[in-house]
Amino acid sequence: MTFRVLVRVMPRQGLLDPQGQAVEHALSTLGYPPLQSVRVGRAIEIGMEAADAAEAEARARDMCERVLANPVMEDFHVSVEVS
Amino acid sequence: MLSIGVLRFPGINCEEETLRAAERVGAEAHYVWHRDTSLGGADVVVIPGGFSYGDYLRAGAIARFSPVMAAVRDHAAAGGPVLGICNGFQILCEAHLLPGALMRNHRLRYVSRPVRCIVEQTGTAFTSAYVHGQAIELPIAHGDGRYVADTDTLRMLEAEGRVVLRYASDADNPNGAMSNIAGIMNAGGTVVGIMPHPERATDPLVGSTDGAGFFISIADWYALRQPVSPTS
Repeated sequence: MTFRVLVRVMPRQGLLDPQGQAVEHALSTLGYPPLQSVRVGRAIEIGMEAADAAEAEARARDMCERVLANPVMEDFHVSVEVS
Repeated sequence: MLSIGVLRFPGINCEEETLRAAERVGAEAHYVWHRDTSLGGADVVVIPGGFSYGDYLRAGAIARFSPVMAAVRDHAAAGGPVLGICNGFQILCEAHLLPGALMRNHRLRYVSRPVRCIVEQTGTAFTSAYVHGQAIELPIAHGDGRYVADTDTLRMLEAEGRVVLRYASDADNPNGAMSNIAGIMNAGGTVVGIMPHPERATDPLVGSTDGAGFFISIADWYALRQPVSPTS
């Protein structure tokens, strides 16, 4: 089966996210009511063949741990859907 | 003769001045291409600054997988000195040869200017020519220089004297680095990573030789490990 895997990589909670702050500032300049928080991360979309969703997710998580995210500064989230 | 290998990745841009700074202390210096699997007999490896692989994904994240990094890992494991400058520091962190990581500067701007630093560890092959606590001014040029590490790692670095170079004060800290850290070393003191560019301050022609000590230290390290030849 072909799966579309979406990997979301976000700066770790507690670490300064200057990009998020800059975007939050821009949004408040546009006049939006005060925001709880804005954080900027990265999305990576991967198409892959796998036996099932669990296999696709396991492979994607391995990719995250080895290269797509740096655990010192980033957390990641993996979601899988059939494409 | 002391041999210094200067790594070259696609996107690196400080290799020439690094090579020249190495030659200035009387070393044989040569480039090592990222696809090479040997360091060409280098006694010391320097990973220069630049933007390896365009900083894609994260600074240093892709370079870490280059074939040459296996040779660097072996060299480091055998106690061979490795210096990472700027992008080289980022690569060493991504390769787990040094702890922590370098994040986007706190004010989001690329910063290129001289900064005041304090040499806090002189027991390395790259800093022995300095005096402990010596203030020096070195050029920096980076957008991702904010050193971060978890609390335990920071505590360990401080307790073990592994902060090699520190920005002189909070006001001198150009990027928001934790504990004003500008450079650190591994547990053995053989692998050192720094954000400032000492190679850009090794020639009086450009106004400063404050960085020359990093390369003089390499020559001193090499001289000290040579067996004394019999005099009979």
